[in-house]
Amino acid sequence: MNEMNEVRKPPVATTGIIGWLRINLFFNWTNSLITLFVIYCLYQFIPWILDWTIFSADFKYNYLGEKITNQEMCSRNLDPENGGACWAVIYVRFYQFIYGFYPKVEVWRVNIAYAMLALALLPLLYAKLPYRKYFLYFTYIFPVIAYFLLNGGLGFTEVSTNKWGGLLVTLVLGCTGIALAFPIGIMLALGRRSKLPVISMMCTLFIEFIRGVPLITLLFFGMVMLPLFLPEGIDMDGLVRVLVAVTLFQSAYMAEVIRGGLQAIPPGQYEAAKSLGMSYWRMNLLIILPQAIRISIPPIVNTSIGLFKDTTLVIIVGILDLLGIGRGTLADTNWLGLSYEIYFFVSLVFFIFTFGMSRYSLYLEKKLKTGINMGAD
Amino acid sequence: MYKQNLYTQIIVGNFKLNKSIIGINLLICYREAIFEKRYLNNYLNGENNMKKLLSIFAVVAFAFSAHAGTLDDVKNRGFLKCGVTTGLAGFAAPDDSGEWAGLDADMCRAVAVAVFGDRSKVEFITTTGKSRFPTLASGEVDMLARNTTWTISRDVNLGFEFVGVNFYDGQGFMVPSALGVSSATELDGATVCIQTGTTTELNLADFFRLNGISYEALPIETNDEGKENLFAGRCDVYTTDASGLSSTRAAASNPDKWVVLPEIISKEPLGPLVRHGDHQWGDVVRWSLNAMIIAEELGITSENVDAQLSSNVPEVLRLLGVEGNYGEMLELSNDWAYQIIKQIGNYSESYEANVGPDTPLEIARGLNALWTQGGILYAPPFR
Repeated sequence: MNEMNEVRKPPVATTGIIGWLRINLFFNWTNSLITLFVIYCLYQFIPWILDWTIFSADFKYNYLGEKITNQEMCSRNLDPENGGACWAVIYVRFYQFIYGFYPKVEVWRVNIAYAMLALALLPLLYAKLPYRKYFLYFTYIFPVIAYFLLNGGLGFTEVSTNKWGGLLVTLVLGCTGIALAFPIGIMLALGRRSKLPVISMMCTLFIEFIRGVPLITLLFFGMVMLPLFLPEGIDMDGLVRVLVAVTLFQSAYMAEVIRGGLQAIPPGQYEAAKSLGMSYWRMNLLIILPQAIRISIPPIVNTSIGLFKDTTLVIIVGILDLLGIGRGTLADTNWLGLSYEIYFFVSLVFFIFTFGMSRYSLYLEKKLKTGINMGAD
Repeated sequence: MYKQNLYTQIIVGNFKLNKSIIGINLLICYREAIFEKRYLNNYLNGENNMKKLLSIFAVVAFAFSAHAGTLDDVKNRGFLKCGVTTGLAGFAAPDDSGEWAGLDADMCRAVAVAVFGDRSKVEFITTTGKSRFPTLASGEVDMLARNTTWTISRDVNLGFEFVGVNFYDGQGFMVPSALGVSSATELDGATVCIQTGTTTELNLADFFRLNGISYEALPIETNDEGKENLFAGRCDVYTTDASGLSSTRAAASNPDKWVVLPEIISKEPLGPLVRHGDHQWGDVVRWSLNAMIIAEELGITSENVDAQLSSNVPEVLRLLGVEGNYGEMLELSNDWAYQIIKQIGNYSESYEANVGPDTPLEIARGLNALWTQGGILYAPPFR
């Protein structure tokens, strides 16, 4: 009996690392050739990039041991043969990259706001968080706290948004745009599918108009036209105007994404909900939207990432976001010519955020099993 | 024409419009679009509907109404709002501590000093080439010091007023010194990196045609692109404004490998500008700039300005406010020019600190030297 039960192991060549390599990298000769070519390219590229970014790079001091205060003191400018990236420019300008021109005595407020943002995101990201309910309350009131913290009021000194910049502006625009656009987008999507012709027409008109023009146009509209419609006394802040434009833009796209999700819900779901006597709002909130949003996660994250990157366009209306601060640094006569370092750093920061968003969406998809067929059948 | 003017008066009433030129233009366009002559006649005949419409317009006009002028606005606000670039080497860029520095930034500070006697009473609003004019027109900034070329269309058609020139720029050429060229007329057959869709393109074509030489254009979009193409040897010549060439050269790993040729083929007078129609404010900005230039002419610097208070030269005494009441005329304190020189310096000091030969930009005074020293910098007398 024992011999009968003994399980024969699969061939070595199909399991473990060797099996993985065979199946994924060396399946046939073209496959192997491509693998070898890619390995060769990486072999050429990786040592060079590591050397440039880390081993030969200046972080704070150059190879003579002096503290770098301008581009002429960078190792690679002293000795073009040696020396890689000159990260000292990031080190010296780090404050500006993160906070813009926010006054140094008040910067603790931005730090607290950053920390609170992380805390507010926590219950949204982890459903299993203990006391999640209370954390969620905090998330709801966070925008209000953040507003007073960053802008001033309630005993805090006012810091005009003109002094905001760098990552602060990027995050404020990105987070507010995404957070506000989501509910507005849902309303627009429902509105567009509404049977009431006026609502449906208005929503369609809004969505098509906003989607029909580039974000830059909307930014200009917010910057130039909006103040003309406002009386002198009500002076709308520049950043708020941009926020309005960004939110309108994002909500139109979000609406179409969610409408896509709504259309994928089989009519049986609607009929079942209605036959239970549910009202329009109960049906949508309890039955339709949870399913529709679940299958829309990939495109929702897609447009959110798109928006986060699009926020760099605000430089056109003269707001210095992360990229804008980078460009401003490049215009300082002390740091002329360090464009590689600055653009590398800015893209790294953007990559960290967008990659985080994309990984989170994958985790969410896995958790909610969006791939599994759902609905009537 | 009479009717139109009358009409503007009716709509605007006694309210002073200074919210914005665009605002007014908008009203005027709106007026022209909506009300035709017959409406006007209707109004003059006392039609009721028209009265209603007009009362709506009066509200709109009231929305645009404001105080007496920009100077009072600035004084009431407690700081100056000055439009600058988002960053241009030597003209305006944030330094390591986040303070704006450069020739244009100094211009803003000079005006702030003239009004408040305090160089820190200025808020810098960053504007781009596209957003600068709407920002000024809508009253979001009190003045622009944004390396803006003074042209007739901007001065007249856009409804702005250039109050002077703080930098005479012009299109130039940069080549590798290894090319061994000493004049742009020797550039026959060269490949030229040129920003498309700009006036530089036209200037270039004109210059080469006039000199009977040929060139091959390599179109580029941005300054960075031009720099990379030139450094990589994809073009022999890079042409843009001379100040831009200097910053490109300074950004090279070995600036000595590049030379800026002596030919300047276009006029680009860069200067501060304000909204049209507010002459009092225009005067304040104009004379803040002039005071710096006159100070250089008279040899007054931020270091010797206190000693100059007891000078025996009448113009020095007038400038520093010891004699006369020129400050009062401008509705400023009498020591406004003294404070500008004390806190900012004269034109030469600002020039040397930001773009001069000792900075990485290494721009020689050239046209920007005083008229007495071979340049064309010339301020009207202070009397």
